[in-house]
Amino acid sequence: MYDTLIIGAGMSGLAAGIRLAHYDQRVCILERHNTIGGLNSFYRMNGRDYDVGLHAVTNYAPKGVRGPLQTLLRQLRFKWEEFALAPQIGSRIAFPDIELRFTNDLDVLRGEIADKFPNQIDGFDRLCGRIIGYDDLDQENYDQSTRTILGECLTEPLLIEMLLCPTMWYGNAREHDMDFGQFSIMFRSIFMEGFCRPYRGVRLILKNLVKRFRSLGGELKLRRGVRRIVVEDKRVQGVELDNGEFIAAKRVLSSIGRLETLRICDGTQAVDPARAGRMAFVESVSILDKQPKSLGVNDTIVFYNDSPSFDWCRSKEVCDTRTGVVCSPNNYQYSDEDGELAEGVVRITSIASFDSWNEMSEEEYRINKLRWYDRTVASAVRFVPDFRRHVIDTDMFTPTTVRRFTWHDNGAIYGAPDKQLDGTTHLPNLFLCGTDQGFVGIVGAIVSGISMANRHCLDRDSE
Amino acid sequence: MAPEEIRNAVLEILEDIAPDEDLSSLDDTKSFRDQIELDSMDFLDIVMELRKRYRVQIPEEDYGQLASMSSTVEYLTPKMEHITA
Repeated sequence: MYDTLIIGAGMSGLAAGIRLAHYDQRVCILERHNTIGGLNSFYRMNGRDYDVGLHAVTNYAPKGVRGPLQTLLRQLRFKWEEFALAPQIGSRIAFPDIELRFTNDLDVLRGEIADKFPNQIDGFDRLCGRIIGYDDLDQENYDQSTRTILGECLTEPLLIEMLLCPTMWYGNAREHDMDFGQFSIMFRSIFMEGFCRPYRGVRLILKNLVKRFRSLGGELKLRRGVRRIVVEDKRVQGVELDNGEFIAAKRVLSSIGRLETLRICDGTQAVDPARAGRMAFVESVSILDKQPKSLGVNDTIVFYNDSPSFDWCRSKEVCDTRTGVVCSPNNYQYSDEDGELAEGVVRITSIASFDSWNEMSEEEYRINKLRWYDRTVASAVRFVPDFRRHVIDTDMFTPTTVRRFTWHDNGAIYGAPDKQLDGTTHLPNLFLCGTDQGFVGIVGAIVSGISMANRHCLDRDSE
Repeated sequence: MAPEEIRNAVLEILEDIAPDEDLSSLDDTKSFRDQIELDSMDFLDIVMELRKRYRVQIPEEDYGQLASMSSTVEYLTPKMEHITA
């Protein structure tokens, strides 16, 4: 009998596992895939390492500075140096004929706004005040309309769209508008704290987490999918694996998504698929024969949109290339010791339709990957220098790739629009962590696992 | 454990959960929060570490007793005097 079974060995599940194993629980993480990471994973192809998910770790903070990064380091007993986070160089929000630069210093963005939208700066400061004052776990005010609140602070529609572009891109599961709680979390993590990356990418973080979990006596079982959460007398008794095996547990913490969890729970009504997340993406990865900055691709991340209005919604075509994110993992301030990444890499993310990709035959899928690689890159080079002559290898992953390896509905990276901030379910010993609990991004996912483990799974009083 | 040993035990816990804080000049009579950055998650960890290391149970209504080093030591003394350091 385990004290806690955790479903899914992504960032949140591993972090929760570390907390519980540290406090001497018998804990086991069950992962259906043959590797760890979930939505933030990695793979190797043609002798090259690729990251999935991670463009940047958000919530950057230098050593000793208070914030979500310090919380997670303390809670998991890591030293700041063990995550080896190199800060970004600089990023941009690029719209037609106008751009806003930003770095990990909010004053840079503020200066850009003062320069380009001089009559908006007071409103921007008011907005920042409201964001700082927002309480993360305040479910009551969480779902206020961000567009309404932005409209109360700012009068220039273009600036509103430009601020929504990165915040929606990096964590909005809802179409068109955004919950103000989610917006506040994203605004702080992107503009007030900022971007960073370990030289070795997402692997380093996952390796640290899994090593720590195992050293504390935690068990990790790969290729063990959970097909059923077994409920008797209105309590979870344990889980049944894909191979039929039953594992008993006092409680279950699931990171696989809210609807995905309820669907495999005994006795639940049919889950409404319309409430599943819809925002899905393709990513086009280009390997270059040069460092990107030698071609003028200097930014860490560029969020672009090709018209004055930013339309955040599911794609009506195979892909929607009107907006996108261009990221170069080369463009971080790595230490002299690490130096530069061996090869140039440019990653471009675009909105895509899960249904379109899912309906394709194998042959169509192959052709569409080539076609949409070309189109997404052609769209992006309107906003960054054209690097295409220097491409020596490419890859692309699609919403169906994400679903195949994470089993998340519609391959939706940011989960379902309705978040369950307190992580509870209809059962007293079944809890949620991860994307559908509300925090996104790598730091957000880890903090989600920690806080749900603390709140629901630690035995505080009994021996 | 004598009060001085209990103080050292608490200090060791603080060093583990907040390694980035300077604890050398900690004033025992002043609250932890006025001197070092500790949030509610950190306080939870003080409680959990005491439980893990010394099997001391601290009910939630007593968390307020852990405000400063001297109040913490005073609160823990009857609970920990039987423990051999």
